[in-house]
Formats: sequence, C-alpha cells, structure tokens
Amino acid sequence: MRSFFAKFKEGLKKTTPTFFKAFSAIGGIFGSRVLDAAALDELEEALYGADFGVETTDDILSEIRKAFKTNKQLRGLDAARIGAQVLKDVLAEAEGRLDTFTHKPEIIVLIGVNGSGKTTTTAKLAKLYRDAGHRPLVGACDTFRAAANEQIRTWCERLAIPLVASQHGADAAAVAYDAFEAARKREADVLLLDTAGRLHNKENLMRELSKIRRVLQKHDERAPHHAWLVVDGSIGSNSIEQARVFHREFGLTGLVVTKLDGTSRGGALVGIFRELKLPIYFVGLGEQPDDLQPFRVDHYADALFGLDNQKEQA
Amino acid sequence: MLENLTDRLGSALRNLRGMGRISEENIAESLQEVRKALLGADVQFRVARDFIERVKEKSLGQDVIKSVTPGQQIVKIIHDELAALLGEGTTQFTDKKPLRVLMLGLQGSGKTTFTAKLAKHLAKKGYRPAVIACDVYRPAAIDQLETLARQVGVDFYGERDSKDVPAIGRRGWEWAKAQGCDAILFDTAGRLQIDSPLIDEVKRLRDAVLPDEVLLVGDAALGQEAVNVAKTFHEAVPLTGIVLTKIDGDTRGGAALSMKAVTHVPIKFLGTGEKVEDLEVFHPDRLASRILGMGDVVSLVEKAQETIDEDEALRMADKMQRADFNFEDFLTQMRAMRKMGSLGSIMKMIPGMGKMQVGEKEEKRLKHSEALIQSMTPKERRNPNILNGSRRARIARGAGLEIKELNALIKQFAQMKNMMRMMKGAKGKKMMKQMQKKGGLPGGGDFPGGLPGGLGL
Ligand SMILES: Nc1nc2c(ncn2[C@@H]2O[C@H](COP(=O)(O)OP(=O)(O)O)[C@@H](O)[C@H]2O)c(=O)[nH]1
Ligand SMILES: Nc1nc2c(ncn2[C@@H]2O[C@H](COP(=O)(O)OP(=O)(O)O)[C@@H](O)[C@H]2O)c(=O)[nH]1
Ligand SMILES: [Mg+2]
Ligand SMILES: [Mg+2]
Repeated sequence: MRSFFAKFKEGLKKTTPTFFKAFSAIGGIFGSRVLDAAALDELEEALYGADFGVETTDDILSEIRKAFKTNKQLRGLDAARIGAQVLKDVLAEAEGRLDTFTHKPEIIVLIGVNGSGKTTTTAKLAKLYRDAGHRPLVGACDTFRAAANEQIRTWCERLAIPLVASQHGADAAAVAYDAFEAARKREADVLLLDTAGRLHNKENLMRELSKIRRVLQKHDERAPHHAWLVVDGSIGSNSIEQARVFHREFGLTGLVVTKLDGTSRGGALVGIFRELKLPIYFVGLGEQPDDLQPFRVDHYADALFGLDNQKEQA
Repeated sequence: MLENLTDRLGSALRNLRGMGRISEENIAESLQEVRKALLGADVQFRVARDFIERVKEKSLGQDVIKSVTPGQQIVKIIHDELAALLGEGTTQFTDKKPLRVLMLGLQGSGKTTFTAKLAKHLAKKGYRPAVIACDVYRPAAIDQLETLARQVGVDFYGERDSKDVPAIGRRGWEWAKAQGCDAILFDTAGRLQIDSPLIDEVKRLRDAVLPDEVLLVGDAALGQEAVNVAKTFHEAVPLTGIVLTKIDGDTRGGAALSMKAVTHVPIKFLGTGEKVEDLEVFHPDRLASRILGMGDVVSLVEKAQETIDEDEALRMADKMQRADFNFEDFLTQMRAMRKMGSLGSIMKMIPGMGKMQVGEKEEKRLKHSEALIQSMTPKERRNPNILNGSRRARIARGAGLEIKELNALIKQFAQMKNMMRMMKGAKGKKMMKQMQKKGGLPGGGDFPGGLPGGLGL
C-alpha cells in the first residue's frame, strides 16, 4: 500500500496549486531567505486558502510573528516548521484508529450530506478491512437517491463484498436491520452501513437516522459502534456546521475526509477537530478502491507546509 | 452562523457618527469587519480583498446621511455592490432553439441531478429535451440519469459498453435529433480541474457536440478552492454560466462570489433540493444578503406573504402591542407558523436569529403546546385566569400529557405576556438587541413554545 505521504505528493504533482506554491514558497523558495512583511502576507493568504478559518490562521500567524519579533533573521523554512508544529499541537489526538474489533459485528454507519463520498468510502472501507483479513458486509441504506442501489451493488460486485440491499423507496431502518441480521448469520466481523445523503438542516431526514439507530439497538444497545461523518474536503466552513449538527442530533464518533486528491487542503477539518474533538479516521484520495488512507497528523501537517520535500532532500 | 453584519458593524462604526463624510480613516475598522464576515462566509481571500477595495472606493467621500445610521448606510453600499457583482451578466437562461448544454464540475457537485432538473424546466418552456449520459466512470451513473429521465419524462440516451465519451456524445446528439428533440443536455463525469486526461476528455466532448451553453455545476458550500476550480475549468472549457447546488443547506455561499469574480460568467440557476423540481432562477439580492449573514429576509417575507393573511397578521401585531393576547391567538399563530415550515428553518431566515438553537426538542414542545391548547375549551383559551386545578387536570388528560407540562405552558404564557408589556417600552428595544446577540431569549433562552412577534411582519 502506498503511504498517504506518497499519495499526497502524487496528488500534488498533478498540479501546482497556487496556494500550495505559497506554502512551498514559505518552506521552499523562501526557505533560506529571510522573511519580510510581504512574505508574511503571502503566508496569511496561503493559510486562509487552506480553509483553516480565522482561528487557526490567527494561531499560526501569531506564533510566527512572535518568533519573528525575537529573530529578525527568521527564514521561510523556520516559519513553515513553526506553522506545522502549531497544526500538530492543535491536532494532537486527532488520529482515529480502528484496526481491531471488539464487537461482532462491529457496526460502522457512514453519514453525511449529499455527494460527500459516503458510498465510495463504504466500498473502499469494505475492501480495506477485507484485505486486512476481516469479513465485511455492506448494508445499502440509501433507498432514496436514484440508482443508489445500483451504485453500491456495482461496487460490491466489483470488489466481491457481500451486500444486503432492498428496493428503491424501502425503509432505510429496515434495511439496516436486515443487514445486521445477515451479518450475524454470516458471521461478518464488520458491518458497513451506507446511508442516503442528507443536509444537516433537514430535520425529517435527521429523524430517519435516529430510527436507524433505534432499530439497531434492538439487538445491541451499543450499536452503532461507530458513526462516521463523511466530509467533502473541498467544502469550506460549512463542514464545521455539518459536523456540529450531525454530532448533536446523532452522536458522531469520527470523521472521514474525502477528495483530498484535489487542490483543496481540507483545512476545515482542523476547525471541526478544535470544536468537537472528533478523531479523523481516514482520508479519501481518489475514486479508485485503494484511494483511502489512514489519517496521519504529521503527514498532513508536513505536506501542507511543504516540509515533506525538505525531509526527503535532507 | 455569524451575527448580523449590521450588529457587528455597530461598534466599528461608532466613530462614524457625527462625521460628515466617510473617509479612509473612519471606515477602516468597519471594512475590517466586512472582510472578516466575507472570509467567514468562505469568500476567497483575494476576492474578499478586491471586493473590500471596491467598496472603499465607492464609499469614500460619501456624505453620512443623517436619517440612517452610518452602519446601515455602509451595509447598504456593501450589499448593493455585492448584489451588483453577483448579478453581473445575463442571469436569465437562453431561449435559443435548438439548444445543446454541457454540464461540468467536480465529483458529487450535483451535475446529474441538475441535468434532470434543467430538462424538466426546459420541457415546461416548450422544448423537447433529451439527456445524454456521458459519465462512463462512476458506478451506475448511467442508471441514475436514466431513472431521473424517466421520472421527468424526457428522452434518454446512454451506452453501457463504450468508454469513448466524445463518440457517445456525438451519437447521442444524432439520436436525439432523429427523435425530434430540440434541447440536448450532456451529463458528464465529475472531474478534478487538475486532472489533465479528464479535462482533455471533456474538451474533446465539447468539440464533438459543440454546446451553446457550458455550465459549471458547483456546490454552494465550496471552500477557498472554488476560485481555482472555476478558473481552471473556465480556462480549459470556456463556461457560459454557473449553477449553484445544495443552496437548501445553511451555507453562507461565499463560493458563489469567488467563482463569479474569477470567471465573470453569469450565475444562472440554484439547486434547492434533491427532487427534480427543486430548481430556482437566481436572485442576486438574496444571495448577497445571505453571504453577508443578513438573513434571507426577502424569502422570509415572501414565504410569510404566501401563507399568512395580512389582515390577520395586522390584527395579531396589534393585539400583541396591547399585550392583549390569549391562548386562542397563540394557537392561530402557531398554526400559521407551521404552514411556513419548521421553526428552525424560519429562525434561520431572520437576521440575527440564525444562532438560536431550534431543534427537535423545541418542535416537540410546540406540538405539545398545541395539543394542550386544543384540549382547552374556547372560554378557557380566551381567559386563562380561570384555569383552576380541576380544569388543568382535565386539559392535561385530554392532551395525553402531564399536568406539569400544562403548568409550564401557562407560566411561560404569563411570562410572554409580561414580556410583551415590557416590549412596549424603551426597555423592550434593548432587550431585543440583547436577545439577538445571545441568540436566545432573555432568562437563559427558555423558549416558550412559540415566538411572540414571529408573525408581526
Ligand atoms: N476525487 C475524488 N472523488 C471522490 C472521492 N470520494 C468519492 N468521490 C467521488 O465523489 C462522487 C460522489 O461520491 P459518492 O460516494 O457517490 O457520494 P455519496 O453521495 O456521499 O454516497 C462520486 O463521483 C465519487 O467517485 C475522493 O476521495 N476523491
Ligand atoms: N439537498 C440537495 N441535494 C442535491 C442538490 N443537487 C444534487 N443533490 C444531491 O447531491 C448528490 C450528488 O448529486 P449528483 O447529481 O449525483 O452529482 P454529480 O456527481 O455531480 O452528478 C445526490 O445525493 C443528489 O441528490 C440540491 O440542490 N440540494
Ligand atoms: Mg451514496
Ligand atoms: Mg453524475
């Protein structure tokens, strides 16, 4: 498996995204050059450009300014290191890990707004766990979107993953229940439930989620054991509001951030973590089944500040 | 949600009061606030900066009008400027016939859904649309479009065994023409703007089908990258319009300004839901208010006008003014409100109230209150003072609720009346302000299952 690191860098090679140039500028071109006011402005722009939001941007900038005050010889590379460190501190404990299971089946529900990548992530996770020697089963609880069933079925057939699905328009909670029964009967280790996309401000759709929970709890009162919000990494500050509401209404246990193979840096995840302390389990880096990697804070922070190249050169 | 921009500007603008003219110095602080509001709404950094420059140029040297507060004046300048920028170009969709339209966008932005929505919209306008499936990658993407086409009742063309997208597009065009279709819509696969092979593919598709319109379908909640996305797509395949989807969420939608500012192509449609009829034409005013966090007042007022009898509203407002308000009125109000949508969705549209937490709990309480009032006799509703112990027991039983819930309702009702009495005075104004700031009602935000003045529009 390629590392997140390698994958991230590969994603970067596809392009020279403007702000990333700025980041690299801080870590790279300016690397040995002494910082000046213009470079600090550029840094500020780059930080906003990563969707860090006001708070994190301010935190990073103030640390760098502080260092700048005491050391007028501060170089770009130093600033990048400071920035990455602030990020690492903020994100300490943000790595989610789920390699071994304590329930049988371990139930993971994937929820999120429309088009965020839930179905694709469900398929990728099923493959990842199967490749690690577990027995996955997928429940197709999106009975609403046109051809949602066909989409997850195609994925599961392609990857040879067992699937429980129903008809379009069926009760999502009933599918969840059937999938749970099937998982027990077939002794699956992990049950992945894909759900329909819903905007967090639609209360009737949020209620449907509670129903899924209630139905699962008939068998196991701790179910679902994991409720992961699938967040599109190219979305801005609204993903913080999404997480806030899904967490309040359903109770989340973690996040998966998708589409980080684009030029977006998914900085909103920092805002989500700051506020809700929800660990990030995986990041999605493409549309292929293997394009899912465990989230690693160091890799993320270093790649963002262009420190990965530096390390390699050293 | 951020507080109302007018409120936020309040302190920054205090120094403007009494000044004759807006100057570089006295406006600096407020522009800083505006910048924060824009960044908070996900407007891209540079776009926000350029916009602030424009506003500054517009306002410098303007006389501070006596009749409004400087805050209102500046907000108006900003709002109008923003609306002008967003509304630049022809936001109306073409009526050319025959017509070919190509969709373009990132993964999951809503292209397929929008294709079906546009087909439905054009069918209503007298076109005979066909949709052509040019996404050969996403599993079941062809099935999705076919299902939607059937739902909308338009012709569909797709090939399940070919991956040659330009050829599929070309054959789809020929086929649709042969069917007598005069609006041919090409749905494409989601692609990153930096994915060269796929960008190349869409260029070849464009050359094969020669679209009259190329629409960028973008999620309204996009972050800072909206600029790069729109710019790079526009460079590769020149766009003629932008469609913002999922605007039914609660995003402030600053990405729209970013995309607009770098491409200068008009915004044409808004996607307002998952269903095929959830399509709206674009109103620059409303989006400007939304980006600035001023609430979608226009929509609220329109919604209210549709559902509420004006005379009734006036009568109600008058009763409230006199603090002569009984359970009967309360019930009428509650029902009218329900017609407008969920409490939460209404609150979100009111400036400064967006922060108020209205969830299922409050909705449930509202339902309980309704049940309790319904269980009262008309006499009891009009005259809550007669509610003694035995009456209360009967009412609670009738509603299938506990007596303590009824007691709480009566107590809150009394508080509410009290509050209305106070609102009549000068103190009331101050209280409203406080309430908006804290995002809750005074006294710990205890929400009396109904909002006084909610309908006094
Ligand atoms: N580039 C990229 N595309 C992704 C990623 N994850 C999902 N997608 C695409 O995003 C679109 C929506 O994904 P889907 O799983 O159907 O989202 P859902 O509506 O949340 O179930 C599809 O075109 C996917 O191929 C990712 O990590 N990177
Ligand atoms: N709430 C809402 N959902 C939408 C809207 N437009 C599309 N969707 C949903 O977003 C998801 C992705 O849409 P789709 O058309 O498949 O996107 P595509 O990958 O760009 O073709 C689906 O779940 C759609 O139902 C909209 O305006 N509002
Ligand atoms: Mg799905
Ligand atoms: Mg599609």
